[in-house]
Amino acid sequence: MIAFLAQTLRIAMPYLFASAGGVVSERAGLIGLTLEGYMLIAAFCAALGSYFGGNPWLGVLAGIAGGAAAGLLYGLCCIRYRANQVVVGIAINLFAIGITRFFLRLTFDSSSNSPRLAGFIETGTGFFALVRNPLVWLGVLSLPVVAWVLYKTRFGLRMRAVGEHPIAALSVGVPVQRVRWFAVALSGGLAGLGGAYLVFDQHQFTDQMTAGRGFIALAATIFGRWDPPRVALACLLFAAAETLQIHLQGAQLVPSQFVEMIPYLLTIIALAGVVARAVPPAALGKVYE
Amino acid sequence: MKLRWLGGLRGLRGLARLKLEEALLPPVVALLIALLVGDLLILSFGQSPAAVYRQLLEGTWGNAYGLGQVLYKTTTLAFTGLSVALALRAGLFNIGAESQLAAGGFAAALVGLALPAGLPSLLVLPLYVLAAGGAGAIVGGIPGVLKAKFGAHEVITTIMLNFIVLALLNYLITTRYKVHDTLHTAEIKSGVLPRLADFYSPFHGSAANAVLVLALVIVAATWWFLFRTRAGFELRAVGLQPPAAEYAGVNVGGVWWHAMALAGAIAGIGGLNYVLGYKHYYEEGFSAGAGFLGIAVALVGRSHPVGIVIAAVLFATLSQGGLAVNALVPKQMVDVLQAVVIISMATAVPEVRRVLLAVRREAGSGKREASTAPPNRTPLPFSRSTP
Repeated sequence: MIAFLAQTLRIAMPYLFASAGGVVSERAGLIGLTLEGYMLIAAFCAALGSYFGGNPWLGVLAGIAGGAAAGLLYGLCCIRYRANQVVVGIAINLFAIGITRFFLRLTFDSSSNSPRLAGFIETGTGFFALVRNPLVWLGVLSLPVVAWVLYKTRFGLRMRAVGEHPIAALSVGVPVQRVRWFAVALSGGLAGLGGAYLVFDQHQFTDQMTAGRGFIALAATIFGRWDPPRVALACLLFAAAETLQIHLQGAQLVPSQFVEMIPYLLTIIALAGVVARAVPPAALGKVYE
Repeated sequence: MKLRWLGGLRGLRGLARLKLEEALLPPVVALLIALLVGDLLILSFGQSPAAVYRQLLEGTWGNAYGLGQVLYKTTTLAFTGLSVALALRAGLFNIGAESQLAAGGFAAALVGLALPAGLPSLLVLPLYVLAAGGAGAIVGGIPGVLKAKFGAHEVITTIMLNFIVLALLNYLITTRYKVHDTLHTAEIKSGVLPRLADFYSPFHGSAANAVLVLALVIVAATWWFLFRTRAGFELRAVGLQPPAAEYAGVNVGGVWWHAMALAGAIAGIGGLNYVLGYKHYYEEGFSAGAGFLGIAVALVGRSHPVGIVIAAVLFATLSQGGLAVNALVPKQMVDVLQAVVIISMATAVPEVRRVLLAVRREAGSGKREASTAPPNRTPLPFSRSTP
């Protein structure tokens, strides 16, 4: 049972980080299609940082910086130049795949993976290995902190206002663009932590290692209706389904492909509003001039 | 009276020029930025940009094999680009071309396996088109219906459906249809289409095939549908101004899901290029990002059938060019360049329009003629964000 929970938490970790970034971004009105790209770029930066810096904390910092930089690129296009968020979002994901592969060849002369990285814990995947990993604690705290910022601070209030009704926010003196800039950078940094976690969990960077996790995080953000506690539950639910599938693999009860579908199916059902309709922030994706 | 008429004419000419500048400037800006980024990447790898770009051109347009490969990739991209563009004209984002393409290819392979060997191509081709288009239409139509009936945002539902459909196809292939030790189905024996090399031997070895002709036919048909039929007019009206279209009596929800189904069908038929023209079987992962590049093609081609063909050739050249320069720089360079083209294109479109309008306004403010007043800001499909 403890092993099951530990593994669920381990799988949920990148989702928790990235969907925290997703909540921040979408609540401020910027579509979170870029989470996948943030994570991938950050994962590569984390690998670079810890490989050349010799310290996993440097890797974490590099990961946050890489994710935030990718977020700022998104901001440059969609906040400064008011480009279409969907198009830029998809393109940033393609960009992330290409650029990490290119620099993987350039720095490590490999087309598939980086050398082994020590990370925070050398071996072991069980419960005790998990609690010794400081990133796990950060991950558990990420969504509660986002909830606190969103609901209890002035910045959070402004962020929600900017995401729901930017004109109204502007009329009461909220610097709409500045709040959005801050939100994309924060979102990139948070998703970047998810990428860094992934690199240290697998002890190396591999080509396209995020493997759709950013989209699962986006699914969790939507399925959790942009509300941090619910989003956290959604992340844990998706991770638990995956864990269960791994445990049942021998039994061949449900094909793994059907378990993979769960987050996506639930998100579509939530959006279609069959049970309780998920209503996005009103100004999500809209161009603000 | 006469003067006013002349003024009106001048205004129209000005509008036409503005539209042309608006359409052509962003791609030029985007290509220049991509070239610059390309230079930086090449230099970071210690190579000469001139040599790499020359190699890129020689490996694609410099010989018949390279050209054939470019044409093959152009074919798939024309289908997916057209699919994205058609939805875009209705104001919808079709991010699902990737899975629609795969589903179309899979359905065609199933039909092919069921047919007896040796039937003539022309007789069974409609069957294949129906199967591939039908499968694509289902995959594309679901998000369309969800949007029309429940208001579920098509961007998210098409992305999620990509994962669902690809997982489902993976399940079907691995458990039922694959040939042992591979990830593809058995070979189709009936109605496969000839390659270009069969007509002109220097193309030998390249994958270009007769589906290219089908692609051009469908491009022309889409142009005719969009700009010469009532349904196409309604579709564009919904894309530009849904409330206005509704007021004029158009069933907006109906147009939405029809457009998505049609977009899905076009992407699905694109699956024939691989399944019927090239390998003659369905293979896991054959779509290889062509669906996502379709978004780029639609964007650079400004959602116009003619522009899409040009943009498809451009992106196909880049894709094939990556392989040609791989000895000098990692082929992933072109993936980066393609992404840079999309990003700078998306960014340049609204910016160029703003700058052009500002210039226009400045020039117009000196004179008193009404004709030089800035024209109404008719939003192009990509300038408007769907909520």
